[in-house]
Amino acid sequence: MENASQLQSFREDVKGWVAANFPASLAGVDLAGLAGGESGARASDEVKAGMETWRQRLAEKGWGAPTWPVEFGGAGLSDREADVIGEEIHQAGAYNPIPHMTGMGVTMVGPTLLEYGTDEQKARHLKGIASGEIRWCLGLSEPNAGSDLASLSTKAEDQGDYFALNGQKVWTSGAHISQWCGALVRTDSDAGKRDGISFVMLPMQQDGVETRPIRLISGVSPFCETYFTDARAEKGDLLGNLNDGWSVVKRLLQHERQSQTGGRGVSMVDAEPLHVKAQRFVGVDDSGALADRDLRQRLVRNYMDATAHRLTAQRITDEAAGRVEVSAAASILKNSNTRVAQGKAELALEIMGSQGIGWSGDDFAEDELGIVREWLSGKAMSIYGGSYEVQNNIISKHVLGLPETTQKG
Amino acid sequence: MAALSEEQSILKDQASSWVETQLPVQKFREFRNSNSDGGFDPEAWSAMVDMGWTGILVGENYGGSDLGYLTFGLILEQLGRQLCASPLFASAYVGATAINLGGSDAQKQHWLPKIVDGSEILTLAVDEESRHQRSHTACTATAADGGYVLNGAKTFVLEGMSATTLIVAAATADGSVQLFLVPADSAGVTRQPMQTIDSRDYARLSLTDVAVTADAHLGAMYGDSLYNTVLDRACAGVAMEMLGVGCYSFEMTLDYLKTRKQFGKVIGSFQALGHRAAELYSAQEMARSCAEAGVIAIDQGADDEAAMSALSKAKTGEFLFDMSNQLIQIHGGIGMTDEFDAGLYLKRARVLETTYGNQAMHRDRYATLLGF
Repeated sequence: MENASQLQSFREDVKGWVAANFPASLAGVDLAGLAGGESGARASDEVKAGMETWRQRLAEKGWGAPTWPVEFGGAGLSDREADVIGEEIHQAGAYNPIPHMTGMGVTMVGPTLLEYGTDEQKARHLKGIASGEIRWCLGLSEPNAGSDLASLSTKAEDQGDYFALNGQKVWTSGAHISQWCGALVRTDSDAGKRDGISFVMLPMQQDGVETRPIRLISGVSPFCETYFTDARAEKGDLLGNLNDGWSVVKRLLQHERQSQTGGRGVSMVDAEPLHVKAQRFVGVDDSGALADRDLRQRLVRNYMDATAHRLTAQRITDEAAGRVEVSAAASILKNSNTRVAQGKAELALEIMGSQGIGWSGDDFAEDELGIVREWLSGKAMSIYGGSYEVQNNIISKHVLGLPETTQKG
Repeated sequence: MAALSEEQSILKDQASSWVETQLPVQKFREFRNSNSDGGFDPEAWSAMVDMGWTGILVGENYGGSDLGYLTFGLILEQLGRQLCASPLFASAYVGATAINLGGSDAQKQHWLPKIVDGSEILTLAVDEESRHQRSHTACTATAADGGYVLNGAKTFVLEGMSATTLIVAAATADGSVQLFLVPADSAGVTRQPMQTIDSRDYARLSLTDVAVTADAHLGAMYGDSLYNTVLDRACAGVAMEMLGVGCYSFEMTLDYLKTRKQFGKVIGSFQALGHRAAELYSAQEMARSCAEAGVIAIDQGADDEAAMSALSKAKTGEFLFDMSNQLIQIHGGIGMTDEFDAGLYLKRARVLETTYGNQAMHRDRYATLLGF
């Protein structure tokens, strides 16, 4: 069902369902923070119970991952319909916590499993992701394999019916609270750099896995160092073919870029439009324009860039016209989204002056502190998921057809 | 690009192949070198009239096809790619816009068919100072003998020497800026060519006690809003031409990056240049979205048409500014020679940047429209 009137009636149904099912106890609660596991412990019992009810109701509809097939916990809907669900949930002031609760599950592991997984793997793993019950992390980067991911050295040795993993991963998001991990490991040390790599899945609750949260500049610890010491990954949990993990991870990272091209996240910076904040902190001149003309021009540039990004994302969706394809456009959109978001956070700080450099305490309002932390955590946007520079490598090579600029092993 | 109707796709493809085969940039170069009078090749212009391009914004009852601004914009983009010179934009886009928006039935009946068949070339005469601004118009229109008398001076009038009718912006007694249709051969009108870097037709005008009849007055009831809306729509059209100039500049540059060898390698294999190309390509995609959104907003009668126009001119301008500079830089020495086309694109880019307000003016306008 794709025509406008059917989509509209679908929208009405979604709107009605959300109004009837979103628990009243969750109104106004920072659900994104809760679902991310950061502030979950501080939540009241009532909020926790409401959250669990809301998760179950969404999961029963298959709306944790609406585009996945029904047999794997999804709702078998189109991208457009999934967008409608997201929009209506957002409109109602609600929030769909399931993608957040599964870590990398809904956005990256699931779509890759749908493409590369065996029937048995799909049946075993996807439902737990779609329902929001199983959180996944990804063991990709290593201390000496960041942008040059293929130089990774964590080894997986064939032990008959399982692989024994040894090595260290880093920047594993939510490793300390995840139940499962997708790890990129070296299964053939003699093969070329990208040819001896495999992708395996393993449970985190086992003796051979140790996680140490890393404290970031923003004060939070969403990432871990993850150590594998004879950690066990079953043979049945090899995703894709042996030594073909590089193809799997390239696809996985495309899904990651796609998820980082500018969603509808809840953001402190967005709570009050920047020009309103600027009018409040900076003031206006006799003509009604912002008193700081230099700031005003830079603010307009950021607004225009944000609109250009939104229009481009929309245009690419329209041009794809229903074709499900993770296009090369993701690199362009990831970088423009990053530029806009980081620029916006910098402007917010500049506008707030000394109220924009607070770390904690009563001298600063909650939203001011939130913006500062968001500014700091946002610095990661141009680093994770393939850095800004790696995206430009991808554009120059895969979109423009220029020769490879990096050294291959 | 935007999703197109079948009719739009056909017209765009037709324009693209006609421009490439009949009016490539070499034709513009030959024309420039010939020192001919006028800013364009009359044969190319009559071919555009024959293809119906002059009627795209004109209703069917006046001999046009009424296909709208996105369609016209797609053609301007194609013309921009090969730097095609013609009065199409000044007359059939800006002129037709002014008559459509401000004309009475009688005025439409009189002017629109003449725009469509090319027998009249209209152009807007707005600028009075070296920097485009809308806040002050010194040129005056004083009511007299049931008509008006115009006095003042204009500069940087597009197709100013070829135009047969000038649409002059002048302040009236109530302080608003209104538009008046002034035959170019009226007593009291003198015009002089301006020689600009892009070798096109621009004129400086002086109007001394130029008497026009009441039916020369466009859209009296709209106050300043007609003048502003015509300029907004003009900017969205300029942005589409700028997009074409920029996209072709990008293609020339990318081609050079893939073929020019230094240090034993094609220069596009150097990461500094690969990344620069990636940045320019990303800026091009953003510019396309904004330029198309500008003309689409007009077709849709969107509430934010004025803001989208400012966005389209500013963002496309930003891309073209960087792109035209990199076009020269990446081509190196060859880019500096007159024999190579890069210079023609750089020069046209800066003229378009200046036309109807530069990036900074449109950013200022955008902020004002958004209320800060």
